[in-house]
Amino acid sequence: MIRFDRVSKSYPGGNQALSEVSFELEPAEFVYLTGHSGAGKSTLLKLIAMLERPTRGQVLFGGRNLAKVSKWGIPYHRRKVGLIFQDHKLLQDRTVFDNVALPLVISGMGHREIRRRVQAALDQVDLLHKEKALPIALSGGEQQRVGIARAVVGRPPMLVADEPTGNLDPALSREILGLFERFQQVGVTVMVASHDHRLIRETGRRVLTLEQGQMIAPELHD
Amino acid sequence: MAARRPLRPKPTASSPRSERRGARPGAPGFLARLRSWPVRHLQSLVFTLGRLSRRPGASLMTAGVIGVALALPAAMYVLVDNTAGLAGEWEGVSRVSVFMEPGSPESEAARLREELEARDGVDRVEHITAEAAMEEFVERSGFGDALAVLEDNPLPPVLVVHPTEAEASPAALRELVAALEGLGGVDLVQVDTQWIERFHAMLEIAERGIVVVALLLAFAVLIVVGNTIRLEIQNRREEIEVTKLVGATDAFIRRPFLYTGLWYGIIGGLIAILLVSGAVWVLHEPVRSLAGLYGSGFSLSGLGPLQSLQVMTVGALLGWAGSWLAVARHLKEIEPG
Repeated sequence: MIRFDRVSKSYPGGNQALSEVSFELEPAEFVYLTGHSGAGKSTLLKLIAMLERPTRGQVLFGGRNLAKVSKWGIPYHRRKVGLIFQDHKLLQDRTVFDNVALPLVISGMGHREIRRRVQAALDQVDLLHKEKALPIALSGGEQQRVGIARAVVGRPPMLVADEPTGNLDPALSREILGLFERFQQVGVTVMVASHDHRLIRETGRRVLTLEQGQMIAPELHD
Repeated sequence: MAARRPLRPKPTASSPRSERRGARPGAPGFLARLRSWPVRHLQSLVFTLGRLSRRPGASLMTAGVIGVALALPAAMYVLVDNTAGLAGEWEGVSRVSVFMEPGSPESEAARLREELEARDGVDRVEHITAEAAMEEFVERSGFGDALAVLEDNPLPPVLVVHPTEAEASPAALRELVAALEGLGGVDLVQVDTQWIERFHAMLEIAERGIVVVALLLAFAVLIVVGNTIRLEIQNRREEIEVTKLVGATDAFIRRPFLYTGLWYGIIGGLIAILLVSGAVWVLHEPVRSLAGLYGSGFSLSGLGPLQSLQVMTVGALLGWAGSWLAVARHLKEIEPG
């Protein structure tokens, strides 16, 4: 599904965020990305979503070299990657329904289809009854579920989550991670960046570890 | 919260895998995009109007500034157009007034009239007796009481010579004037064409002036709209970032701002039309009575339907262009990351 081939990213000023990072994810694989803050987790996720481009090396997504995707192609690439953030990044002046509908509106989908798909996505995260609420009226866990519904509503082949459980208590965190696992079970490739080692160990999933921009842990499959 | 049922994605209709059999998700085919194009633009048009109407004060303020800026050249245009129309009423009415020496007897004027009417190039001659001239003067000037004090009529008899159309050219008129001045008993010969020529020259200057003012104000409209849209972009920075994150194209992000500018222009144009129509309505009566004093049936005309449409179109184009300027400059600065 995705392959990093000796990818390096340095920022102006000499800050080396990633150096020579290589790994590969199969379709429908579930992987955790861990490491201290500043280890390069966010940079790696940004490269997948084409928020940044690598300084050296190649990123292949679905067999396609992202270096060959032009500036105009970036939006279409992003529609294939469902992004989930620690701070949810919801639009506070729009209802839950409108927030989740945003990716579909962007792709120019018809009204009826949007309604059907948004309701299906909200049903999956058990928030159908809150579709008319504003994000501010929701709890942190609920807002994160709205973010997840928005990420999956366009049915992307890959989900990328950056510290999705950062602000949640362990019980809610487990619930959110359980949600990701169910999406993985229906064929979505999932990458979750987290520094919550305890939670990660519990799941027994494959873990990629970054330290100072380098992939240190041997790739462990269980 | 404790009683919440387990979260379970439904792997049937909306599972991501089922999607992959068809078109790539999020990248609809060219035809599908072409079909949805007018719908998306219409949505944007309605959506932006709705957003403007949610804060009517600020929106009307911006549109009002544009309205005043458009109303100024439009009003000047109406003024010049009316004045040119007024001049048109007198067009071709080049006539020569021959003032007899004061105290000349009317009989001499009548004799001269017959002589002039026999000339080539003269269509007809009017004879205004000193008495008739006085009566008209008393009636029109409002100095009736003061004039009644005069013992003698100071006005001379006047012959108004209407040249034939062929002889109405400036050169032919000059010839006619020279001939008339040479006649005995004639005090003064006056041609009424010169002021029309001067008047036309002035109108031309006014028209040029309007173009200059209109260009300056168009520039002002561009800046006003551009600045408003720039602030709007800054206020919606977060929204733009999030929309880009979920895969919005630049065109998608641009569209609402461009339509907002378009609406500002259209509403500004409407305000301009209202302002000009209001001014014409206020001035209509006084102008009509002034024209009446000059014995003219002239009345002020406002912006016609075509001209109103032009004002709105210019407003819309300027609004669109102004927001383009802002969007081109400032949207690039906002990138998620």
